Amino acid sequence: MTHKIALLAAALMLPATLALADEPKGDAAHGKQLFLADGCYECHGYVGQGGPGLRLAPNPKPPVAIAAYIRNPVGEMPPYTSAVLSDQGIRDIYAYLSTIPAAPKLADIPLLKVGE
Amino acid sequence: MTDTFDVKRRGFFGAVAAGAAGAAASTIPGSPAKAQTVKPTVAAPTVQQAAAETQAPLAPKESELVGRTASDFMVDVLKSLPIDYVATMPGSTFRGLHESLVNYGGNKAPELLTCLHEEVAVGMCHGYAKIAHKPMASLIHGVVGMQHGSMAIYNCWADRVPALVMIGNTQALEERRPGAEWAHSAQDNAAMIRDFVKWDDMPVSLPHFAESTVRAYQQSVTPPFAPTAIVVNGDLAESSIGDVKIDIPALGHRYMPVGDPAALMEAAKMLAGAQAPVLVLDRCVRTQEGLANVVALAEALGAAVIDKGGRMNFPNRHPLNQSGRAKTVLAEADVVMGIETADLYGVIHSYQDRIHRVGRPLTKPGTKIISLTASELLIHANFQDFQRMQAADLSIIGDGESSLPLLLAAVRSVATTSSAMTDRVKKYADAAREDMDRQRQAATYAWDASPISVARICMEIYDKVQHEDWSLTAPSTFLSGWPTRLWNFTKAHQYSGESGGYGVGYASVASLGAALAHRDAGGGRIPVAVLGDGDLMCAPSILWTAAHHSIPILIVVHNNRAYHQELMHVQRMAARHGRGLENARVGTTITNPNIAFAKLADSMGVWSEGPIDDPNNLGPALARALAVVKSGKPALLDVISQPR
Ligand code: HEC
Repeated sequence: MTHKIALLAAALMLPATLALADEPKGDAAHGKQLFLADGCYECHGYVGQGGPGLRLAPNPKPPVAIAAYIRNPVGEMPPYTSAVLSDQGIRDIYAYLSTIPAAPKLADIPLLKVGE
Repeated sequence: MTDTFDVKRRGFFGAVAAGAAGAAASTIPGSPAKAQTVKPTVAAPTVQQAAAETQAPLAPKESELVGRTASDFMVDVLKSLPIDYVATMPGSTFRGLHESLVNYGGNKAPELLTCLHEEVAVGMCHGYAKIAHKPMASLIHGVVGMQHGSMAIYNCWADRVPALVMIGNTQALEERRPGAEWAHSAQDNAAMIRDFVKWDDMPVSLPHFAESTVRAYQQSVTPPFAPTAIVVNGDLAESSIGDVKIDIPALGHRYMPVGDPAALMEAAKMLAGAQAPVLVLDRCVRTQEGLANVVALAEALGAAVIDKGGRMNFPNRHPLNQSGRAKTVLAEADVVMGIETADLYGVIHSYQDRIHRVGRPLTKPGTKIISLTASELLIHANFQDFQRMQAADLSIIGDGESSLPLLLAAVRSVATTSSAMTDRVKKYADAAREDMDRQRQAATYAWDASPISVARICMEIYDKVQHEDWSLTAPSTFLSGWPTRLWNFTKAHQYSGESGGYGVGYASVASLGAALAHRDAGGGRIPVAVLGDGDLMCAPSILWTAAHHSIPILIVVHNNRAYHQELMHVQRMAARHGRGLENARVGTTITNPNIAFAKLADSMGVWSEGPIDDPNNLGPALARALAVVKSGKPALLDVISQPR
């Protein structure tokens, strides 16, 4: 929680996107909590695999890109303002999405050998 | 006939007899009715009858009341129609017809199916007709049963599917027992569904019943298909008719309405002359022949096909199937033809659920639009299922599938294979292959996750059924379309399509009806119903009916423990309003307690397993469930799933 304060201080001096460009120091456990509580999983799946919304993980986009999109989505995704999801929250979500392991290789899944 | 009695338990049907012979009660041999071939009946009670009814009853002894009743004749009428089943939840308003169906009619053709809710009875008709290509009937209690069943009637209407709905009632007030029978009678029992049936009637005599029931059947199976309703007055049904002969109009062979040949030729020329023709199909294909025609049409034109999925319209792996690239092919299109497309406007416009609603055409200016549909022949004012109007350059009124042979012949007479067409087809084939690879790759994400990914659920199912004669009876939409993305659909009966009216509960009730039709088709088909937990809880009693009537069906509960669509809607609102993101689950999730679907199924005699949340346990459980289904019984697996 202490690094949160530090980042907040940084955020006061810099535009939000620049602040987010800092080293990701997110808390993955908290990020998972937010990902569930704030409903990201509903459209993106519990592990960000995609569904009605796009795939977010594995290999998530950097927090700055996530922030840029969710603050000002151009498609059907509802906008998340900083009032409901802080920049630090976005870093935490990024940290969570970074923990999602790579998917098994397509070639290693016999059930997906269809229509080749 | 050996009837010697022309009495009625109730006083309404034979007002003449009641007035003249009432005092003589029931034992007049050779009743006057015997001399008649058709006995005209009288709807309103006579003054004498009314008087008789208000005075001390001249009641005949119940033990003497035998003989042929009007409800037996009603069964004759139903037997004259190709109706194999009458699905019902019992109700006193039609007790006479109920008894005649099971005794006089021998409970065969039609056979009575026991349902535990009217929504199931009507919904079965919906799913059944899509597979059997003919309607079945439901017999629904007056007023309250209608209220239960009306959403299923609406889905059937909005989906343009035939069904015969028979509604109990007691017309004459003096025939109603105090209490319930009044509450279940109406001046006009079909009024509440009139906006979403094609036609209805309340026959007041048996000739009237015969004619109107046959007409209701005919109207139902004439495109555009739709449910029709007949109110069965219990007072009529329970009256005695002696050996009166009443004609039942014959159901002759009927030809379908096809589009005007000159208009179809014009369409053929426009399509054949196009650089990038696109076919949009929705409720088009019913039969394998129709499917073959639509494939031949697309191939003759080298046209891209967008299958909107109202029916199984086009093989999903066919190289011309560009459904996954709809926006791209529409942007390139110079001629777009919708065939039985419920919402052509919605297909060729983009629309986003944002604060400011903007609909933008996906086609370029000058793109010609052709529409072929019979649905314009039937539109009602109140309910808005008709969708937005799409102006067309050429509008052809006719049944899509029935018009295909003419359209195909016209196209073949004018289309030539050009190098541009060959290039186009190759481009589509390449794109389809790439799309398939993308879909397979997309399915790998969350493959090992718990809760189980919807892609994994669908592919575990497909792995088990792919070598069977399978059919997906519930919409693929709520499964993120995984079946239509990755399974191999080649037969018309392999997919029942969408609900029409988007009324939740459809998937469960229609799947049961579809499974019945699959059972009767023979050959050991395997109906597969992947049902949302919310959908199944609208009509959990389908499980009992499936067990009771030995209807084999593989039910997999896609249990995301929410009304997930609504959860996303409320989440969207919370985000839009910038508050309370965590509260979207209030009123939308189905947790605390979690529903134990396996126990629920077990309680109704359906083999079941679950909850299953480890993806590695799913395959073996499916194998066990499939063995049960192959033995002719229903089986259910409760699978804890990712949201979509
Ligand atoms: C109601 C559904 C919905 C919810 C809830 C939702 N999203 Fe989205 N999201 C979408 C959709 C749909 C898209 C695809 C683009 C579009 O239409 O806006 C998207 C796109 C995105 C993108 C852009 C991805 C890319 O590769 O361009 C990001 C990042 C994202 N969402 C993150 C989130 C996060 C983080 C949350 C939770 C705080 C969230 N979303 C909640 C529906 C949703």
